[in-house]
Amino acid sequence: MLKIEDLRASVDGQEILSGLNLEVKAGEVHAIMGPNGSGKSTLAQVLAGREDYEIDGGSVQFEDEDLLELSPEERAQLGIFLAFQYPVEIPGVSNTYFLKAALNSVRKARGEQELDAMDFLKLVREKVKVVELDESLMKRPVNDGFSGGEKKRNEIFHMAVLEPRLAILDETDSGLDIDALRTVANGVNSLRSPDRAFVVITHYQRLLEYIVPDVVHVIVDGQIVRTGDKELALELESKGYGWLEQAGAA
Amino acid sequence: MEATTAPTMTKTPNVDTSESRIESYLDRYRELSDDTSRSPGRLAALRAEALDQFAGQGFPGRSEEEWRFTPLKPITHTSFAPAELDAEVDGAALRRYFYEGSCNLVCVNGVFRSDLSDPLEGGFELANLRGSLGGGGESASEWLVDRLGTLAVSERSPFVALNTALSVDAVALVLPRGVVAEKPVHVINVSTGDVDAVAHPRLLISAGENAQGAVIETYASLGGAKVFTNAVTEIECATSSVLRHYKVQRESLETAHMATMQVRIERAANFSSHSISHGGGLVRNDTNALLDGEGCVGTLNGLYVVAGKQHVDNHMFVEHKSPNTDSHELYKGILSDRSRAVFNGRIYVHKPAQKTDAKQSNRNLLLSEGAMVNSNPQLEIFADDVRCTHGSTIGQLDPDSLFYLRSRGMEEKAARSLLTYAFASEFVELVESDALRKDLQEFLFSRLEGGDIVRQAV
Repeated sequence: MLKIEDLRASVDGQEILSGLNLEVKAGEVHAIMGPNGSGKSTLAQVLAGREDYEIDGGSVQFEDEDLLELSPEERAQLGIFLAFQYPVEIPGVSNTYFLKAALNSVRKARGEQELDAMDFLKLVREKVKVVELDESLMKRPVNDGFSGGEKKRNEIFHMAVLEPRLAILDETDSGLDIDALRTVANGVNSLRSPDRAFVVITHYQRLLEYIVPDVVHVIVDGQIVRTGDKELALELESKGYGWLEQAGAA
Repeated sequence: MEATTAPTMTKTPNVDTSESRIESYLDRYRELSDDTSRSPGRLAALRAEALDQFAGQGFPGRSEEEWRFTPLKPITHTSFAPAELDAEVDGAALRRYFYEGSCNLVCVNGVFRSDLSDPLEGGFELANLRGSLGGGGESASEWLVDRLGTLAVSERSPFVALNTALSVDAVALVLPRGVVAEKPVHVINVSTGDVDAVAHPRLLISAGENAQGAVIETYASLGGAKVFTNAVTEIECATSSVLRHYKVQRESLETAHMATMQVRIERAANFSSHSISHGGGLVRNDTNALLDGEGCVGTLNGLYVVAGKQHVDNHMFVEHKSPNTDSHELYKGILSDRSRAVFNGRIYVHKPAQKTDAKQSNRNLLLSEGAMVNSNPQLEIFADDVRCTHGSTIGQLDPDSLFYLRSRGMEEKAARSLLTYAFASEFVELVESDALRKDLQEFLFSRLEGGDIVRQAV
């Protein structure tokens, strides 16, 4: 589904991704772990189409498309979703209506019929339960005045409504208490399916107790330095990243 | 503030060609002097003084600090005829501006027209100089003659002087003591005609002790000519009154609009003003509020949305004269193309005005590289126990927000429009009048690219 080959990216002349390779197949959950500043979030942003990064080389193939040629909205329309580490507050724009506009632009691009208000409301009612989000937050402006946990759950709610093919979760666990973490994980798990893949970026192993990954990668200095199964995450938890950073430098 | 000179007819040096323009206003005054019904009681003397004042000062030059950023050329370099007094009006075009749930009163070229207006109801009393001083509310008539020109004084501004000297009508809206108005009064000022013309609309509003009400002023164009609208509004809020004031400036791009609003707020009264400017080629609002009684509150908010080569200028002067008074100012601007905006926020705290709480904020969104804003806060504080905060920002759309929306599938144009709307929404939500708020939203949707998407999203 997703194939990244020798991806190099920089910002202001500073290289952040230094030849990164990754392949994700439909139905899989990949965890990407790594120390601060290793390039995890940059990878997420580059995949979603953030234009502030210079692509210096390599390729990203999503199904049959050259992802790097596409705008962020075209990627979303293809079924790529990024759950933001820091969801943006948008005062004056209701959460529900924004999501309806987003969903309908995705559906339109896919040649599907746009949902009318009634059908959309039905969908929202159904999905909002998945993330146990207070329905009053639907009427409020996007993320405006939401608590940290509410913002993260709102991201998962957006994901549930948009039903992406590939979902990238950028440190969705950071700053969450254990209850919110469980809710977020349940939301993700309920969306797991044979034709949908997840890339879960996290700093800590904790989230992976709830979202059990098929593959775990460790990224150091913009490269994947180790790949394993979920046991690798446990190993990192006890040993830290130090031993891999040395390995990466070697 | 300004040196008091004896009112003589000698002119100070002025912008070259404006000399002859000034003559034409003096000629107009002589023409009007036969019409004694225009100036009952003290008004004859007031108008004569105002004319002297204007003749003495002429139009302000760019060298004057208060006028440095206001390009007055469309006014000083155009010969304006006096606007037609009993102009015919296309009723359908006019009714577009009526608000449901309000009492809509129409002034055409600065003259009140009962034939085009809704019947007065809801609690306000009405009087106007031209024609109906006898027929209008007795107390409102008296009050009008008594108070005109006492708040907006000619010494402060040549445009006020010009209005005071030449206005052919004046409308007074009086909310008697203790009355709670059932519906807002909406004063619709339209200009008509196909020749370059000038009108001087004059409005006086009084909220009596413990009274409560709302007044909306709309300025719009029905004709296509170059128009100079020189408006003055004087407002008094008596003890413990609550008055909401709204102004919508939506005239044609050919219009030069100069407006002074002078407000006096007495003890424990609560006055708020929401000013929307999106029409006109050259627009200047001088908004002056005097907080003149302990515990009163003045809220002055504004939104300007300009494009092309429009110039909009908001000059605020908030004067705290009494202790424990609060003022809040929030002005937001959205500028495209090569448009210009000026925000001058002057706050003056007199020595006795201890415990003053003055907040001022001016935020600007520039949607193009050619747009420009001058934002200039000015604090003069003579009391020692006060809280005054001010802030001003000039910026573009936030790239993080833009990426967030696009990454959810929204087209870039729609995402930009949505964020632009979101910027304005802080002001939109402060508008308590439903009809006006919806009208403003519709304007924003029509102005934004992909406005239909935005309409659905809010």
